[in-house]
Amino acid sequence: MINLPPAAIFILGAFLIPFLKGRAKQAYLLLIPVIAFTDLIYMQEGMHFVYKFLDYNLIFARVDKLSMVFGYVFVIMAFAGILYALHVKNDGEHMASFFYIGSSLGAVFAGDLFTLFIFWEIMAFSSVFLIWYQKEKAALDAGFRYILVHIFGGLCLLGGIILHLANTGSIEFGLTEYGSLASYLILIGFILNAAVPPLSAWLSDAYPEATVTGAVFLTAYTTKTAVYVLARAFPGVEILVWLGAVMAVYGVIYAVLENDIRRLLAYHIISQVGYMVAGVGIGTTLAINGSSAHAFCHILYKALLFMGAGAVIYMTGKRKLTELGGVYKTMPITLILYMVGGFSISAVPLFSGFVSKSMVVAASAESHLSLAWLMLVLASSGTFLHTGLKLPYFTFFAKDSGIRAKEPPLNMLLGMGFLAFLCIFIGVYPAVLYNILPYPAEFVPYTGQHISETLQILLFTALGFFLLLRHLAGTPTISLDTDWFYRKGAKAFVWFINNPIANFSKLTEKIFFDKIPSSLARFVRYPGEVERRSPVGTAVLLATIFLLIYFIIFIRR
Amino acid sequence: MNIENPDDIKKLRKLFYASLILAVAIDFLVRREHVAFFWDKLHGFSAVYGFISCILIIVVSKVIGHKWLVKEEDYYD
Repeated sequence: MINLPPAAIFILGAFLIPFLKGRAKQAYLLLIPVIAFTDLIYMQEGMHFVYKFLDYNLIFARVDKLSMVFGYVFVIMAFAGILYALHVKNDGEHMASFFYIGSSLGAVFAGDLFTLFIFWEIMAFSSVFLIWYQKEKAALDAGFRYILVHIFGGLCLLGGIILHLANTGSIEFGLTEYGSLASYLILIGFILNAAVPPLSAWLSDAYPEATVTGAVFLTAYTTKTAVYVLARAFPGVEILVWLGAVMAVYGVIYAVLENDIRRLLAYHIISQVGYMVAGVGIGTTLAINGSSAHAFCHILYKALLFMGAGAVIYMTGKRKLTELGGVYKTMPITLILYMVGGFSISAVPLFSGFVSKSMVVAASAESHLSLAWLMLVLASSGTFLHTGLKLPYFTFFAKDSGIRAKEPPLNMLLGMGFLAFLCIFIGVYPAVLYNILPYPAEFVPYTGQHISETLQILLFTALGFFLLLRHLAGTPTISLDTDWFYRKGAKAFVWFINNPIANFSKLTEKIFFDKIPSSLARFVRYPGEVERRSPVGTAVLLATIFLLIYFIIFIRR
Repeated sequence: MNIENPDDIKKLRKLFYASLILAVAIDFLVRREHVAFFWDKLHGFSAVYGFISCILIIVVSKVIGHKWLVKEEDYYD
């Protein structure tokens, strides 16, 4: 039995938020994910909520193991994120996050391409408010760029869906044959949301500008929904292996240059999603399990990291490594909780990343993809280097910046504590995660060989970090990404319109409506008195000229 | 233990070096269960590869950054 599609619980639930006050509102906000989780538990496999629309079936709840993994983690994440944002007074922000969570769930459980597309668009248009509510000019600008890029991605997807419908006559969303124009367009729409370079700059551009609490939601849903749809439609498409491996390295290369703490973490989202995309590309049961498991763990620890960085920004008002330092003295709990996330993303044994990332890496070994393996392992060194060492070192230790900020409010600490607990719980007891994966999992993460390899990589990465410590401090700079093309491109375009095009237009106007008529008029009507020419005479003259030109063209044809 | 005390920092550093040696030493004792690539059999390979990866990421990134990517903060304004 199933009561409501999980998406509806959040989307309908959002409308009640403005009518509640104080404690009642807080209780209500936390209750919604609990209801949604219960709803998920009672869902049975199969297609539910099928509605006829024209000649097509719209399916709002396609329940199978793959959609359930993402459904569970989306709802767990919703609870943690809402708890962290409980102190926020702005109803609009709560509603935006509810619409965003709801539409992400809608996309994951969509059984047809129309439903998927509708929820895909709601995701983009609700999430942008989590950026705009930050209200500074940088956030407004970044939000506009974010939405424009997503509109482009959405249009690619829509174009692909229409072509797919024209080719196959079906709007069913499932395994899609790769190779037609329709599949390329759908793939572009998907990988844009997965932040695959060069379509990734929207993420590192916009996420760090979002509100402290909004950014936490952003890290979880858009990219992971994209991983889900890729796993659903394009498992085993080889190009994804290489796109994923490049992503993994791309993110850690950029993170070296980054000074803004949340932008550094944003580049690590790109890097981590690279593992999932590569896993989808490998396409074996181990790899798809690995991508799903890694998406699950990643949502939890990346949100925890953004919460930790957000807590520092919220309490200190600073967001750059060059402005921070020595914060550990007054924010030790934040530091410890952040480090749980840092160890999880770095795949330290007993933390969640260790049991999920290793599945993808093992899948690449199982399929004998040596280059992909080397790239993924290289990136995992970079992950620890930045998220586990550089960011906490320069934020919480290093020089004393003189900042004496207090710990964040209790609800923020509780949200972080909840996720930190899950990160360790999954790391210690991976069966809880393995049992819900799409395929039966026979993977054993805790082998002597695997632990030994991981510890060596981590410890010797730390050695490299301490040797090069002097070169790793943040610098007050920014680094260019592919958003350069549209940020500078837009400026160039506006300049092009304002100068050459506008001048040309003025020039032609002058020539055709002033210079030529007046000089011709001189011969025809009032020789020597050009300035007093009659507009009617000019118009007649122009008409005559154009008719003459038509006549000549007509004769010559 | 106070991480701002130079003596304690020295102790921590020694502990860190000891753990590096220990990690490589243990690798010689560990049984190999999965050998997909030739380097899986080499003892201490992960240590070398981890170190090289770390240095490579930093150096490559700094070089690319200096040449093209790094700009002043008001670059887009």
